[in-house]
Amino acid sequence: MLTEFGKIFVFILIAILFVVVALIAAKIIRPARPTHEKLLTYECGENPEGSPWVKFNIRFYVVALIFLIFDVEVVLLIPWALVYQDYGFTGFAVGAIFLLLLGLGMAYEWRKGDLEWDRPHPIPPVLKKSETDSNLKIPKEEIEVV
Amino acid sequence: MINLSEIFQILPLLIIGAGILLSLVLEMYSKQSEKVLPWISVFLFIIAGIYSLFSINETRMIVFHNMLSVGGNTHVFYFIFNIGAALVCLLSIDYIKKYGTYYGEYYILVQSSVLGMMLMAGAKDLLVIFMGLEIMSVSFYVLAGLNRKRLSANEASLKYFLLGAFATGFVVYGIALIYGSAQTTSLEVITAKFSALSTNLLFIVGVLLFLVGFSFKIAAFPFHMWVPDVYQGSPTTIAGLFSTGGKAAAFSSIIITLIAIFSNSAQNVFAPYLAVIATLSMLFGSIVAIAQDNIKRMLAYSSISHAGYLTIGLAAGNQDGVAGIIFYLAAYTFMNLGAFGIVAMIEGEAESNLTISSYAGLSSRKPLLAAMLALFMFSLAGIPPFAGFFGKYYVFIAAIKSDLTWLAIVGVFSSAISVYFYLRIVVLMYFKELSSELTLFESKTGLIAVIISSILVILLGIFPGSILQLITNFM
Repeated sequence: MLTEFGKIFVFILIAILFVVVALIAAKIIRPARPTHEKLLTYECGENPEGSPWVKFNIRFYVVALIFLIFDVEVVLLIPWALVYQDYGFTGFAVGAIFLLLLGLGMAYEWRKGDLEWDRPHPIPPVLKKSETDSNLKIPKEEIEVV
Repeated sequence: MINLSEIFQILPLLIIGAGILLSLVLEMYSKQSEKVLPWISVFLFIIAGIYSLFSINETRMIVFHNMLSVGGNTHVFYFIFNIGAALVCLLSIDYIKKYGTYYGEYYILVQSSVLGMMLMAGAKDLLVIFMGLEIMSVSFYVLAGLNRKRLSANEASLKYFLLGAFATGFVVYGIALIYGSAQTTSLEVITAKFSALSTNLLFIVGVLLFLVGFSFKIAAFPFHMWVPDVYQGSPTTIAGLFSTGGKAAAFSSIIITLIAIFSNSAQNVFAPYLAVIATLSMLFGSIVAIAQDNIKRMLAYSSISHAGYLTIGLAAGNQDGVAGIIFYLAAYTFMNLGAFGIVAMIEGEAESNLTISSYAGLSSRKPLLAAMLALFMFSLAGIPPFAGFFGKYYVFIAAIKSDLTWLAIVGVFSSAISVYFYLRIVVLMYFKELSSELTLFESKTGLIAVIISSILVILLGIFPGSILQLITNFM
């Protein structure tokens, strides 16, 4: 006799079998004529350029952070949005409190400057007048030493 | 539907929850937050703690669709967490200046960790336990590494996070298997069906996984590897919170999940596991603490051995065991916070003055601090007039009543070993020459917190019977 979880287990088994059978069948049936072009990584029809393991800038985590907050918020709000009318004002208030909590967290991050896109601040090399002067004039003592 | 009257039954949780929001807004908009936040936290913790203490008797019910329990021992735990956290905040005010940069999140995270602890102690559903565990643990991971410029703090935070996440995985897997065998996550139903379930292999495996995860949180022997490094690296006051609040919360969760084994010890199929954990933790903690030179590491190993003594109560599996554990947790919270508080006051800048030898001759420099540290050390070692002795006594009595006399003997033996490293500090303070390099920082609030804990330790030692009676009444 199958329980509710038993059905899911059968479903998982069928899913695994489907993939395995399809791959094995393809392996048996297909002709194998590899060329250099075919073995390359598929990159939208273009020739691949460099390694895929490039370093991403750490600043992108801000994007991930914002995405996470709003994505989770939407996932949790959809079920509430579907049924809140049945619960009258209480239902509305519960959702409002939830939004308030999330909004407060968001405001905290904003206020603390954690959502700022942390731009690099390149300091262009400035040649000060005194420096250039001293660079041009080589002290006599050094010449004597050399 | 939500019944509005139910909301006011969980007032302690609401106070701390509102406190977190208030602190966040203050931290955002006020430049004075560094001065204001600690006092707001202390005030809220004391209000919540006192309210919990006085509402123990008023209402005992289960609210929010069998999710949270109100009154009784839940409120005893609320009291322990809140007063402990209030002491931690008092100690932190001056410590944090010495420790380095001030981070506004410090007190907010302490508050949210206490909220998590209270959810764990009040839960009537496995998922609420899990939610509380996560709120508490995530706050702890951040608190451990709050000073991100300090290498040891980073190490502590990373170790705690990786191992803690792994342990949480065990807890979730255990909950999944318990749900699979019992078809519910409600603890009421699981308790009612316990005798039938305790023959079910899936259920036993689930509970064992759950216990493995929580053995990590209580710092019991095979899962203790993180404890010394995390206590050493994190701020001393926060290490005090880990060892008291975190441990008490984890024990409260184990107790409410396995409440059925305490009413009928024949159902205690987990006794062998718990007895082994208890024995190994006690002996390992006591023996390894002897070799420690750093006082925070010594207190960490002492925390492991105290987890062992507390687990004896679980292994005993009777009503005396539960009462003993709760009494022991209250005593341990105050004596350990007092000890960590004095360590935090002696500690100098950049992790100096943490070796045991820096306590030499403290009695001539600071007689009050030395006397109180001696009191906490006597209490931790379990020497009679203080609270620690009665905690151990009740737990050992419970073990003897459940025919686990050998476990009580091992416990006494381990206490005898632990006397050596606790009293070594007392000997250093009173019978050794003054260490001249020690520069002491004044901390009035810290002194107040330590005095309060020593008073509580003495009170619990003088009136153990009536407090135990109080706990037993609300089982």
